[in-house]
Amino acid sequence: QEVTVEVLDHLERLALVDFRDAEGVERLQKAIGFADQLREVNTDGVEPMDSVLEDRCLYLRGDDVTEGNCTNELLKNAREKVEEYFVAPPGNIPLPKLEERETFLQGS
Amino acid sequence: VLNRRCVEAAVMTGLALNCSINKKSLFDRKHYFYADLPAGYQITQQRVPIAVNGSLSYSLCIDNKMSQMVTKTVRIKQIQLEQDSGKSLHDDTRSQTLVDLNRAGVGLMEVVMEPDMCCGEEAAAAVRELQLILQTLGSSQAVMAEGQLRVDANVSVHHPGEPYGVRTEVKNINSIRFLAKAVDYEIQRQIEELEKGGTILNETRAFDSKLGCTVSMRDKEGKQDYRFMPEPNLPPLILYDTKSLPANLNHQQVVNIDWIHERLPDLPSVKRAKLVEQYGILPEHSFTLLNEDGLTEFFENVVKETQMKPKKVIGWILNDLLSYLKQHSLTVKESPVSSFLLADLLNLLEKKEISSTAAKQVLAELWKGEGKTPLEIVKEKKLELIQDQNELEQICQAVIDGQENEVMAIKAGNRKVLNKLIGLVQRETQGRSNPVLVKQLLEKKLSE
Repeated sequence: QEVTVEVLDHLERLALVDFRDAEGVERLQKAIGFADQLREVNTDGVEPMDSVLEDRCLYLRGDDVTEGNCTNELLKNAREKVEEYFVAPPGNIPLPKLEERETFLQGS
Repeated sequence: VLNRRCVEAAVMTGLALNCSINKKSLFDRKHYFYADLPAGYQITQQRVPIAVNGSLSYSLCIDNKMSQMVTKTVRIKQIQLEQDSGKSLHDDTRSQTLVDLNRAGVGLMEVVMEPDMCCGEEAAAAVRELQLILQTLGSSQAVMAEGQLRVDANVSVHHPGEPYGVRTEVKNINSIRFLAKAVDYEIQRQIEELEKGGTILNETRAFDSKLGCTVSMRDKEGKQDYRFMPEPNLPPLILYDTKSLPANLNHQQVVNIDWIHERLPDLPSVKRAKLVEQYGILPEHSFTLLNEDGLTEFFENVVKETQMKPKKVIGWILNDLLSYLKQHSLTVKESPVSSFLLADLLNLLEKKEISSTAAKQVLAELWKGEGKTPLEIVKEKKLELIQDQNELEQICQAVIDGQENEVMAIKAGNRKVLNKLIGLVQRETQGRSNPVLVKQLLEKKLSE
């Protein structure tokens, strides 16, 4: 099953990845094919696994303050700041629509 | 790592809302991009939350009359633990968003309700009761103005018998009053839109409290694909009860549902029932008592210090004290009249040393908070009831002597005129006579 342009565009928006060129898309296609091997295993009656930690139980920490007061350290990461606030654009800047983008996907 | 206190609070709240507590609950990642979510995902409980299938009972006044209350229930779909995002402040003038990450990652408890409510009033009453419950449990101080309790309202309309319509989600509601307004506005907006042939978009809208309306939030258009996946770093959350208690586990790691259940405090509904039973007050009185922070305690303190029956005391608390506090926007804690002062005053009234009219005058003086006791004010303003029977008799006789026409009317059978004579005696005594006693004396004299 081939990966359609719509799916690729959807993925690019959701995960902000850029498949860049034909080689990138082909790599994606091959990765999906590789993962498809999972279907060869018979999993009837077997519960899906969440993670290798799933048989443990979650550690609970006490309600004690152990760190903090590092405003200056954290704000050093800010490109722009206003009175201890990080500055961000007014909203999410969406990727332009497929037709308007300069992307390999257009040509495929 | 999950904070134990969050788990305890969620279990307490789940139990208080009659939920089934899931002994094993799981964590998931919900992915989306936003400036206040630095990691690009929020840890939440989408597949198996900590508590499910509960209910919340709340009361409404019919027709705005406190005397008629009806009980309603809203089903609780689930309670889930999740992470908070940071806080965004929108600066439209400079076209930017300011982000405060202080609360990012802090534990949140989300309570999801089923669509069992039908108007703003019901939503407000339900949330108010939830607020009281959370405060009683100590799960949260639930002050909406400070973001300790946040409410998003999902609203849809449909004709009776038809399936539910498309819903919109309304955010940015900062008080219980605004919640009612936002819900009612949105219901109206949807009805008007549908009646002129339009459609409702499944979108997120923001409530504008200044304009009293909801507006579309451009940023959150369209259906989001959150790409939910199990949170790989957090194993399942396991809770125990007395039967399943493990022998060898460190007790810091054990949350015992039964242990928590045994220690639940009295919920608001139970407290109200106890007040009604213990003091013989009406259910609607108990609602008002619990609705004002500190009022129940004030009431109980007054009852302790006075011989006056609670049924009479409640009138003074709800009609006099509370209306004064409201007029001056004071909380019970800020009251210039303490429970001791009020009890003192009510004792004077109960012992018939003053009339109830005089008591109200004394109360008005006490509001000034000048530090005088009720007794001092009574003496100052000469408000004591005349205790000397002879003096009263003389005054009554004088009034009778001066009102020939009225006396004739009464003797002829017109009993109502007696009230006029009582009134005249009151005037003569400057309100310092006991009307019941005066009536008795007048009647005795008139029948001689």
